[in-house]
Amino acid sequence: MAIIIGVAAGVLSGLFGIGGGILLVPALALLLDLDHVDAEATSLLAIIPVAAVGAWRQKRYGNLDVRSGLAIGAVAAVAALAGVALVNALPVELVRYAFAGVMLYVAWRMAASAIKQLQAEPDSTGSPSN
Amino acid sequence: MLSPRISQLAIIGVATGIFSGLFGVGGGIVLVPMLVLWVGIDERHAAATSLLAIAIAASAGAGAQVIYGNVHFLAALTVGIPAVGGVLIGTWLQQRIPVAMAQLLFSGLLLVVAVMVVVE
Repeated sequence: MAIIIGVAAGVLSGLFGIGGGILLVPALALLLDLDHVDAEATSLLAIIPVAAVGAWRQKRYGNLDVRSGLAIGAVAAVAALAGVALVNALPVELVRYAFAGVMLYVAWRMAASAIKQLQAEPDSTGSPSN
Repeated sequence: MLSPRISQLAIIGVATGIFSGLFGVGGGIVLVPMLVLWVGIDERHAAATSLLAIAIAASAGAGAQVIYGNVHFLAALTVGIPAVGGVLIGTWLQQRIPVAMAQLLFSGLLLVVAVMVVVE
């Protein structure tokens, strides 16, 4: 079961450019019986080879802007420390609902922009761009 | 290829890092929409850049967590090895579906995450 979830997390990671922690953290917590902090920590380690292999494949496909990826990753690594400090200072409920609200707003914006593209190019075959 | 300006890179990096630390998510869920909606990069290129950024940010985070003693190595291998296989499939698949369709699916993923965060 953990293996199946692992594969699914990897597919999502490659398809959407995410780490896959969304699936890995609950899988580690529920299936392998890790507590929440340990599940997040272990998920971070598991994500490294997944993201690295995904980035390497994307480089081969000609989609990777190495400079931007390196810069964002380096800044994000430092900023994550601020996030960890913040989460310990803010009420948990507020943080959860704020996060869900932001996700809903972004989902709506992404969908609207995707539908606009689909209407503009109804015959888009998905051949790699530029 | 469209490339973000330095100021955009800095702001996206900070936002991704703070969200990641705040909510325990990898950050891709924040990073990809910012690249798509703000910088104007398509979903495929955004996903590629995001994966590299995540590999770096996760390395720093995992390093710290190893020091704290929170990492279970065997469990990481159990899910990590199948996930590496999965990412090969996912990136392959992504090159074969229309860019706008990938973006629409991403928006569905965000909806699921929003529900998960509230229900959890």
